[in-house]
Amino acid sequence: MDTEITVRVDGVPRRLTVDTRTTLLDALRERLGVTSPKKGCDHGQCGACTVLSGGQRVLSCLTLAVTQAGAQVVTAEGLASETATTDEAHEQRHEQRQHEGTHDGTHAAGRCLHPVQRAFIDCDAFQCGYCTPGQVVSAVGMLDEFARGWPSAVTSGTEAPRLDRAEVAERMSGNLCRCAAYVNIVPAVQQAAEASAARTSEGAAGTGVAR
Amino acid sequence: MTFLSDTEAIGRDLPRRDGAAKVLGSATYAFETPLDGAVHLHPVQSTIARGRVTELDTTAAEALDGVLAVLTPGTAERLASTDDRELAALQDEEVGFRGQIVAAVIADSSEVARHAAALVRVGYEQAAHETELRADRDDLYTPESVNPDFPSDTAEGDVDAAMAAAEVTVDETYTTAMYHNNPMEPHATTALWDPDGDGFLTLWDSTQGVHPTRTTIASVFGLDEDRVRVVCPYVGGGFGSKGQPHVHVVLAALAARALPGRPVRLALTRQQMFSLAGHRTPTIQRCRLGADKAGTITALAVDVVERTSRIKEFAEQTGLPARTMYASPNRRTTHRLAALDVPVPSWMRAPGECPGMFGPEVVMDELAERLGMDPIELRIRNEPDVEPGSGKPFSSRNLVGCLREGASRFGWSERDPRPGVRRRGDWLVGTGVASSTYPVNRMAQSTATIRLEGDCYVTEIGAADLGTGTWTTLPQIAADALGVPVSRVEVRIGDTDLPMASVAGGSSGTTTWGSAVVEAARAFRARYGTEPPDGAEATGSVGDPDQKYAKHAYGAQFVEAHVNVDTGEVRVPRLLGVFAAGRIINPRTARSQFIGGMTMGLSMALHEDSVLDPRTGHVVNHDLAEYHITANADVDVVEAHWLTEHDPHVNAMGSKGIGEIGIVGTAAAVSNAVWHACGVRVRDLPVTLDKLLPALE
Ligand code: FES
Ligand code: FES
Repeated sequence: MDTEITVRVDGVPRRLTVDTRTTLLDALRERLGVTSPKKGCDHGQCGACTVLSGGQRVLSCLTLAVTQAGAQVVTAEGLASETATTDEAHEQRHEQRQHEGTHDGTHAAGRCLHPVQRAFIDCDAFQCGYCTPGQVVSAVGMLDEFARGWPSAVTSGTEAPRLDRAEVAERMSGNLCRCAAYVNIVPAVQQAAEASAARTSEGAAGTGVAR
Repeated sequence: MTFLSDTEAIGRDLPRRDGAAKVLGSATYAFETPLDGAVHLHPVQSTIARGRVTELDTTAAEALDGVLAVLTPGTAERLASTDDRELAALQDEEVGFRGQIVAAVIADSSEVARHAAALVRVGYEQAAHETELRADRDDLYTPESVNPDFPSDTAEGDVDAAMAAAEVTVDETYTTAMYHNNPMEPHATTALWDPDGDGFLTLWDSTQGVHPTRTTIASVFGLDEDRVRVVCPYVGGGFGSKGQPHVHVVLAALAARALPGRPVRLALTRQQMFSLAGHRTPTIQRCRLGADKAGTITALAVDVVERTSRIKEFAEQTGLPARTMYASPNRRTTHRLAALDVPVPSWMRAPGECPGMFGPEVVMDELAERLGMDPIELRIRNEPDVEPGSGKPFSSRNLVGCLREGASRFGWSERDPRPGVRRRGDWLVGTGVASSTYPVNRMAQSTATIRLEGDCYVTEIGAADLGTGTWTTLPQIAADALGVPVSRVEVRIGDTDLPMASVAGGSSGTTTWGSAVVEAARAFRARYGTEPPDGAEATGSVGDPDQKYAKHAYGAQFVEAHVNVDTGEVRVPRLLGVFAAGRIINPRTARSQFIGGMTMGLSMALHEDSVLDPRTGHVVNHDLAEYHITANADVDVVEAHWLTEHDPHVNAMGSKGIGEIGIVGTAAAVSNAVWHACGVRVRDLPVTLDKLLPALE
């Protein structure tokens, strides 16, 4: 059965017709051509399809598109433009000029990456890149959960947890990486968290999580 | 080819050029190619492991709204070549393994294609099948050669006599499991047949080699290669399984030719990948060592039994590393295969070396234990002067350096050799070591073109980047070969419209393509000097590899393992590897390759195990919830280091392949560390708690 819905994807309202069986992931990838979220398993087992819906990380392969009528969905691609402030954009372009080797332009031309995305590049927290948009979105959602005081399976006691290696690894374990960039993903997430914390304390932009 | 001595870009820690595209998700993978009017293809798989399809009722499927065609052996076109039976999609009714494609549905949406595929009714005449690998099978045979073209058996001296005479011996059997590559990006192809003129086939395919894929597909369909184009700028991981086209590529092309002008998209589901995209055969390795009391090895034998499929032979070269790793006057290696009713095995990261350094590196540890000798000293004592077997000199061999450097970084000297005596809380603690090795492979053919476009040296070669860093490292090589800043070099890869490149396999990519790029740069400078006109262009190809030297990379891996005294759970808080792999082109991408390989080795050691049910021939744990691979929380500290190694004999860059060596030896080091922790020798992978618990009680 077909249904018409409107979903806000990366800030843009998109009207589309979906089969009621269609997952949010397939609606994005196959109907809207939004291929930033990836399909690794289609069964909620790998995290490659992670997007934010209403500011929270969800597995889009386990989410039926019809349930997202009116929702705000953010993909890794959308994180980039969302967080751009003039200052950051300037700073980043400057940095890119310093980096020989990122000049080829097809990549990141005029885009302002989210701090998590920049940290992933800095720490080489990926290889093939297929799990990466899901990792990035998951990290953004996870940092927000952490900021709100949500505990994880490795949080001990009742005191506010520190974002140490074990906390990050545990909270990112829903995102598999077959290239096994894990030992670089953890520091990338910590680096992004520190960058966000530093900016927040300076009274500038927040973590960039859409609510 | 002369060695590149002046390097400016090579060796620099440059970030990936495709980094932003990957963190945004804007890098386009095969399934995602934007094309209008694309339709979807979904295969129907056999539910028996051997027999014939006797009935295919497609009525209900065809009646579904949105179904465009159902392909069956009755309706699919006849292929020009069915020599490779893995690729002979829908050519007859025979079933050779469970999960083989018996039909496929093309529909205008993926939901309808999948639904219709479930409505295809298949009847079978079932034959008895066999899938169980055992060393005592009476139908084992000796293959003509093992992958790709090594002799199946080797023998020097008299192993049996030397074993009988040896002061200390070990004779044990080790097994590795069936493994699935499971790249994160499922195997995917988008295919378009343009019927104009003689017709033209375009494949956007997730592949480790666009040119080799084109050659195979053109021959299967009887098309001239210039009527086929294969495009693949990004690969979401392959680890060997995308090194050769599997049947889904043929199926996508068949469907595209059935619907001229319509792009057809096919992405295997994770479950389908377990029968259609290759896997690593399980192996049984009988390993024997004999030595004198001082630890000098006098006899060394590895006898391998492994599996292939009845429809196509793949003989993993598991016995290969034992042929050259340590010195021994008496040596024997053999391979025996059982051809069974199983999916077709194929390449998986370091075929041969990866399983073939499990048994041999654990048996070394067992010999060290019996000798009362340090396992590092045992390895150093048996270091050969020239390559065993061939007698060739090594172009460079720094295994000893890796062992020593690793020992010092890891703190090995404080190790108490006794097993099972260190307890921290509820955990028994141990450490272990194993060696790594991988040959320096260079493919016979590859060509690159360099052209000056304005200010930019455009370097073109149909190479692949599976996450290995090609987008970033080839410009570094081109820049130094041309003597220009790396920022002035742009590369174009991943398309058969570019000059011919060999497959990204056998860790040969950078060696082969980089050599072609250096040749092209030298031809460019020879022709145009330092003031080339705009549009100046030159081409270079690799020549015959130099056969004078034995060329290998080496490494040593150190593991700290903890075993829970109550549950038998194993944790690995620390993995440390030191490698000697020639000149490192880019330390950032290289480190990722090493730690990625080591972590995949940890995954093999502790988690991975494809469970094939002999009653059905089905891999029952065929998804990522049940086929466990390491997740983030399974991995703690993983360090990769390398020695500065100058090897002018390997190629102009002085580089050795690094994509596979990281997975070699890791599982042995883990098993050795687990023994040191709790005193239990696990000879059958994976090292799971059920194998430890009985001894812990
Ligand atoms: S594709 Fe959604 S979790 Fe794997
Ligand atoms: S980067 Fe390849 S799967 Fe994570």
